Amino acid sequence: MILNTLSIFLISIGIVFFIGGAVGVLRFPDFYTRMHAAGKGDTCSMLLILTGLSVFQLNDPTLANFLVVGKIFFITLFIMITSPTSTHALIKAGFEEGIKMWKRDETKEDGE
Amino acid sequence: MYRIAIFLLLLGIWIVFSGKFDAFHLFLGALSSLFITAISGSFYFSDRSKSFGARMGEIIRLPGYGLWLLWQIVLSNVHILKLALTPGDIKELDPTLVRIKPKLKTDFGRYMLANSITLTPGTITIEVGENEMLIHSISKHTADGVKDDSMEKKVAKVFEGGES
Repeated sequence: MILNTLSIFLISIGIVFFIGGAVGVLRFPDFYTRMHAAGKGDTCSMLLILTGLSVFQLNDPTLANFLVVGKIFFITLFIMITSPTSTHALIKAGFEEGIKMWKRDETKEDGE
Repeated sequence: MYRIAIFLLLLGIWIVFSGKFDAFHLFLGALSSLFITAISGSFYFSDRSKSFGARMGEIIRLPGYGLWLLWQIVLSNVHILKLALTPGDIKELDPTLVRIKPKLKTDFGRYMLANSITLTPGTITIEVGENEMLIHSISKHTADGVKDDSMEKKVAKVFEGGES
């Protein structure tokens, strides 16, 4: 019961972070800042949701379920390594393509 | 020594992934781990100049670093969430490019630093050079966090035995 509540709690927080990331991607002004939202919003929410799932597995503590937790741990580790790498690859591709950075001052001048 | 460690690592992963403990499956796992160690053992831990003991020290210090990184991931997500849900004009947004010159010696150390910078709040590594990194920062405030070398020292302590 406690484990169930904990896993629901973790997964809900993960979803909130996902929403934050999605809203960030839509609202931020340029490619680079959007990559911030896309790259980071996902990492933590994935970790939280996966942790929530493994906590849920522990409800029924058999050996098979512990092995499932181990596999989820491997996925978590994999995401922790690949997520920043893919963010870096994308942002580097954009940088070499010469996409302009959004500057605060420019938009002010535009607004006036 | 390295080959034995690689073999044990592969065998451990096999056991977790297969989930079967009868003699037949364990035998198959040992056989395939042995085969992989024999043909590709030299790919893992490419820098063999380090002593095995130093490598073990790295592995022991790794979980502490991982926990610190996890905490940074949480902080950076809270940061993104806060920015994304700011109503109206997002005042804190002020993207800047920062160049830092880390003194890390090994490729793996540089990789870990770049990775950690991407995971900490508000900064993404754009380019990694021999002794220079180009970093995109989402605001002036987060740029200051990268300029000081506390993170570099942390990475150096874990992966390069304290010399920075």
